[in-house]
Amino acid sequence: MIDLWIHPGLLFFLAAAALPFVKETWKVAIKLGVPVLGFLTLLLVSHGDHGVLPLMGQQEMVFGRIDKLSLVFGYVITIATLIGMVFSLHVKKNHEHMAGFVYAGSALGTVFAGDFLTIFLFWEAMAFSSALLIFYAQWRNAAEVGMRYLYVHIFGGLLLLAGIFIYVADTGSIAFNALPHEGLGPMLILAGFLLNAAVPPFSAWLPDAYPESTITGVVFMSALTTKTAVYVLLRGFSGMEFLVPLGVFMALYGVVYAVIENDIRRLLAYHIISQVGYMVAAAGMGSEMAVNGATSHAFAHILYKGLLMMGMSSVILMTGKRKLTELGGLYKYMPWTFMLYMVGGFAISGFPFFSGFVSKSMVISAAIDLDRPWVSMLLTLASAGTFLHTGLKLPYYVFFWKDWDQKKIEVKDPPKNMLWGMGLAAFACTFIGVVPGALYQALPFEVDYHPYTWGHVVGAYQILLLTAVGFFMLLKKLDPEELISLDTDWSYRKAIRGFNWFIKKPVVAYENYVTEVYKRLIIEPAKKLSRIGWTIDTWVFDGLVNASGWATLLESKISEMFDMHVIDGALNKVPSSIAKSAKRLRKLQTGRTQNYIMAMVCGLVLFAIVSLIYY
Amino acid sequence: MWIIKYLEKIIENPEEMAKVKKFFLYFGGGLILLDAVLIFLHMTHPHFLWDWIPGFSSLYGFISTYLIIVISKWIGHTFLMKSEDYYD
Repeated sequence: MIDLWIHPGLLFFLAAAALPFVKETWKVAIKLGVPVLGFLTLLLVSHGDHGVLPLMGQQEMVFGRIDKLSLVFGYVITIATLIGMVFSLHVKKNHEHMAGFVYAGSALGTVFAGDFLTIFLFWEAMAFSSALLIFYAQWRNAAEVGMRYLYVHIFGGLLLLAGIFIYVADTGSIAFNALPHEGLGPMLILAGFLLNAAVPPFSAWLPDAYPESTITGVVFMSALTTKTAVYVLLRGFSGMEFLVPLGVFMALYGVVYAVIENDIRRLLAYHIISQVGYMVAAAGMGSEMAVNGATSHAFAHILYKGLLMMGMSSVILMTGKRKLTELGGLYKYMPWTFMLYMVGGFAISGFPFFSGFVSKSMVISAAIDLDRPWVSMLLTLASAGTFLHTGLKLPYYVFFWKDWDQKKIEVKDPPKNMLWGMGLAAFACTFIGVVPGALYQALPFEVDYHPYTWGHVVGAYQILLLTAVGFFMLLKKLDPEELISLDTDWSYRKAIRGFNWFIKKPVVAYENYVTEVYKRLIIEPAKKLSRIGWTIDTWVFDGLVNASGWATLLESKISEMFDMHVIDGALNKVPSSIAKSAKRLRKLQTGRTQNYIMAMVCGLVLFAIVSLIYY
Repeated sequence: MWIIKYLEKIIENPEEMAKVKKFFLYFGGGLILLDAVLIFLHMTHPHFLWDWIPGFSSLYGFISTYLIIVISKWIGHTFLMKSEDYYD
C-alpha cells in the first residue's frame, strides 16, 4: 500500500485560495475534484501520526493523527463537502464556496489534530468561516444574527482556551487524548466542546443561526460544527457518565421545540440538537458499541440532515417562503424535491433499509446492553418524535395540506445541480441502509451488531406506523401557528436590547437635559440681551453706520478681489488634497464586517498553510 | 411520475384513501401478529420485561406521539411561544 500523507484540509485551503483566480471550467473542476481528492488521500494514508511540528523544543503540534476514529469523520466531511459543492454549483459568488472550503478544511484540521494548540486554531477558523455563511445571506437580519453567532462562538472558544491553559499548566503537555473527568481545566475544555455540540443551555445559537445562513451554506453548517464537537467528545470524554442524561435531555429538547416551530429550516435545526443528543449520550455510555453507535450516527446524520436541509433550502429558494403557515401543496410542482426530501425523512426516522436505522438502533442497543432502560426508552420516544416532525409534519405542511396557488407564485423544481446534490445524499443514505457493512467496517471498534433481525425490523415498523396514526389523529393540534418560540438566546438577546435601551433612553435623556439647561441658562438670556441691543442698534447706531457703510462698500469691493484670487486659491489647495487621500483610505476601510472577517480568516488560513507546508 | 400521480389520486379520491387506510390497518395488525409469533418462537432477544409483550412497540409508539404533541404544545403555549415581532 502506498503511504501518502497530504492533509486534506490543506487541499481545501488551497482550493479556496485558487478559486477567485481561475476560469469558470476550472472552478467547477476544483469544486468537484478537490473533495474527491481529499477523500482519496484519506484512503491511502496509513495509521499513526503525520505532520508533526516540534514546538519550542518540548512540545509537538500534530496535524495528522490518523486512526479509525478520526478517519471516519474525515471520510464523511469530505463526502459532505462534495455534496455541498454540487448543491451550490450554480451560485456564482466565489466567496461562498471559499468560505465553504475553509470551513470544511478547518473541520478536517480539527478532526486530525493531535494536540490542543492545533485544535484551538482550527476551532476558531471554523467559527469565523462559518459565520461568513451567515453574513453572506441576503436576509434582512443576517448581519445581526451573524454577529450573535460569532459572539457565542468566541465565548466558547475562550472557555476552551482557558481550559487548555489550565490543563497544559497542570500536565505539562499539549497532547490531546482522553481527559480526566474532573478538575477545572478539563471541565472548561468540556464546556467549550459542549457549546459547539449545541448542548442546552448552550444550544440556542444553532437554531438562531442556521436558518439564517445562505441557501446553500446550510449544508456545510449542519454537517460540520456539531459533528466535530461530537468527535472531540468521543476522543476526550468517552465514558463520562454526566453526558448520558445530558444527551437524553438534548434528544427530547429538540423534539419539543420542533413541535411548536413554524420556520422550516429552524425546525430541522432543532432536530440537529435532538440527533446530536443520541451521540452525546452514546459518548457518555462509552462502551465499544456506544462509541461505534455515536460514530456511525454522526456519519449517517451528516448525510441525511444535509439532504433534509437541501430539500427545505430548495423550497425557500423556489417559493421565497420559509414558514409552514405560508407553504403547502407543493408536491405536484416540486416532485423531485419532495421525493428526495422523503428519502432523508425516512433515513432520519430510522426506516429499515435507510441509514438512520442502522446507526440509531446501534445507540439504543448499546443502552439496552448496558442495562439502561430509561435511556433506551427515552431515546426511542425521541425517535418517534423525529419521524413525527421530519418525516410527517414538515412534509405534510410543506408539500400537502392546502393547494398551492401557482398563479401567484410559479414554482418548479430547483436547478439541476441542486437536485444532483440531493440525489447524491439520497443515494448515500440508502446505500448505508442497504449495505451497513460498508460503514461498519470503518468504525473505530470491531462491530458485532446485526441491525436486520426480525425483532428489530418488526419493532421499528410498529413504532413508525403508530406514530403516523397518532399524527393523523392529532393533526388539528399540530397545525402551525404564526408564532416564534423563545430559547435560551432570550437571555443574551434581551441583554443586548437592554444595552441598546440604555443608549437610547437614559443616555439620550441626559443629553437632552443638558441641552435644555444650556438653552435656559445661556441661550435664552443671550437672546433677550441681543433683542435690547438690537433696539438700540436700529435707532442710534444705524444712522452712523449707514453713512460709513457706503465708504466700507467701496473698500470691501477691493478687498474681495484680493481675497478671491490670492487667499482662496491657496486655501482650496489644502482641503482638496486631504479629500483625495481620505478617499483612498476609505477604500481600504469598507466598514463591512464580512470583509474584516474574511481578512482574519485569510490570515488564519495563511498561518495554517505555512505551518502545513513547513512540515 | 407515477408516485406523484398516485398520491394525487389518493388525495382527491376518498375511496382510494379508504383503501390506503385499510391497507395500513391490516399491515399494523399483521405486524403485531408477527411480533407475537417471533416472541413465541424465541426469535427476538427480550432484555427488559416489556419486550415479552407482543405489540408493545405499537403501544409505545402511539403513546410517545401523543405525549410529545400534547406536552410540547402545552409547554409552548404556556411559556415559549411569542408573537413574531417579540424581539423587534
